[in-house]
Amino acid sequence: MQALFSQLLVGLINGSFYALLSLGLAIIFGLLNVINFAHGALYTCGAFAAWLLLEHAGVGYWPSLVLAPLLVGLLGVAIERSMLRRLYREDPLYGLLLTFGLALITQGAFSLRFGSSGQPYQIPSALQGATDLGFVVLPNYRAWVVLCSVAVCGAVWFQIERTRLGALLRAATENPTLVRAFGVNVPRMITLTYGAGAALAALAGVLAAPIYRVSPLMGADQIIVVFAVVVIGGMGSIFGSIVSGFALGLVEGMTRVVYPEGSDTVVFVLMALVLIFKPAGLFGKAA
Amino acid sequence: MERWLRGWQPFALMVVVLVAAPFAVYPVLLMKALCFALFACAFNLLLGQVGLLSFGHAMFFGVAAYASADLAKEWGLGTVPAIALATLLSAVLGLVVGAIAIRRQGIYFAMITLGLAQMVYFLCLRAESLTGGENGVQAVPRGTLLGAVDLGANLPMYFFVLAVFLASFGVIARATHSPFGEVLRAIREHEPRATSLGYEVNRFKLVAFVLSAALTGLAGATKAFVFQLASLTDAHWQTSGEVVLMTLLGGMGRTYGPIFGAFLIVVLEHYLADFGGWVTVLRGAIFVLCVLAFRQGIAGTAMSFMRRGPGVHQR
Repeated sequence: MQALFSQLLVGLINGSFYALLSLGLAIIFGLLNVINFAHGALYTCGAFAAWLLLEHAGVGYWPSLVLAPLLVGLLGVAIERSMLRRLYREDPLYGLLLTFGLALITQGAFSLRFGSSGQPYQIPSALQGATDLGFVVLPNYRAWVVLCSVAVCGAVWFQIERTRLGALLRAATENPTLVRAFGVNVPRMITLTYGAGAALAALAGVLAAPIYRVSPLMGADQIIVVFAVVVIGGMGSIFGSIVSGFALGLVEGMTRVVYPEGSDTVVFVLMALVLIFKPAGLFGKAA
Repeated sequence: MERWLRGWQPFALMVVVLVAAPFAVYPVLLMKALCFALFACAFNLLLGQVGLLSFGHAMFFGVAAYASADLAKEWGLGTVPAIALATLLSAVLGLVVGAIAIRRQGIYFAMITLGLAQMVYFLCLRAESLTGGENGVQAVPRGTLLGAVDLGANLPMYFFVLAVFLASFGVIARATHSPFGEVLRAIREHEPRATSLGYEVNRFKLVAFVLSAALTGLAGATKAFVFQLASLTDAHWQTSGEVVLMTLLGGMGRTYGPIFGAFLIVVLEHYLADFGGWVTVLRGAIFVLCVLAFRQGIAGTAMSFMRRGPGVHQR
């Protein structure tokens, strides 16, 4: 029983990252129609930004939690303004190829500078230790990650589905030309959306830094699973991407108890099953 | 000019160059380039003709490499039967994967193939009795060609690989320039139109996918004999990315483009092998440059240059 709960806990942690990452992917895809292959690289950038801020400027975890997403968000804005912008009129495949190239550049550059073994990052002192809940021992930092992810996902969902800005965003997703005719600066909205998606990825990276080591490859393998999560959830839905992120993390954790050999393939098997029975994804609209 | 490029002359030129090449360049490097050229051509059949971007083609390359290596080493099969069986296995895998992946289009197709390939990669990692896990299957015997020619030496092996490559290239060219190929391009240009003309679009896509998977498997199986090694690298997503890069750089949808791309990348990486991380950065940079400024690739750019050249006034 202890094993089941602790694996479910690990699953919930992974699910927190899946949810944050697939949420960012869904927002970017909605407005830009680009599958952001660089999302894993931006997540890595977030973790490295936190680590570099600590090593070279003595900036601790809490300021980094805001600063790193801000910096990576600016990087996202620069990427959109300088490169992605040129591709909107082309086949969407080019966006995928461009961001794949950017991911390779980032990954290679980090390996050159910092080696591929990874750097440790200390858990902030306020969150060290663990709480015994009776049925499972819960490390405080992990509890914080789950809470933080739920709160951020909830806030983003509220922002998009329940506010005026979100309404404009959804309208621009449906029909950018019409929204522009109403005097909304859609290109700027697109730029900021990509920046926000990048910042979300970086936030996940900072949260992940104390749990996994800060390494150049930390995002690359993560992003492939997140793609599968996105296919399962269906691209259209913000809510769907959050729910399927958490759910698949839990399923993965459960698999680790029942059939450990299958834990790294279960998400992909589920993806195949969903495609056979509901090709549009669990929350997606039929294409 | 374009008609000329479709004729037999460029093919003859390629054959002459490739027959002469091993006497000037290290044959193992050439064999690697030929295997990847076949891989890229098979991939291009799908991307260039049907417009389907598979980001998981390394699974066919890797699985076929493991299969042929095991068949030759553990089961004692001859080189040719081992390659043939591995190609068949790859086609069957292609049938299963293709049937799932063609249910979605465009970028979804890329994500789905990537996910399924990652699944196959993890299966290869786990199935240590068949794949040797992290070590791979090493010391695969090159064997003989139907018991007559010893393939242990590099030169006979080279001509065997060249024959495999040219035959497959012929198959791809034949499929491309046939009514079947016309339908594939019609699907790429406008899928609903092809459907409304009465073509069973999904069946055509699936056939193209299986053909592409089988030829990719053929490339992987041949590669396993060239290097006498099948390893996890063959099935990794970076290999999938590499074949996309070769095709993009050479020219998507161009008959000879992927061959240029494959040779260029293989040679480049051979000479930059000591620089480690820089190779990854360089690959990424080529991707970005190709997408932003060089979308037609080498073959496409060369074609439009020739079309504009002196004395040619077609179109």
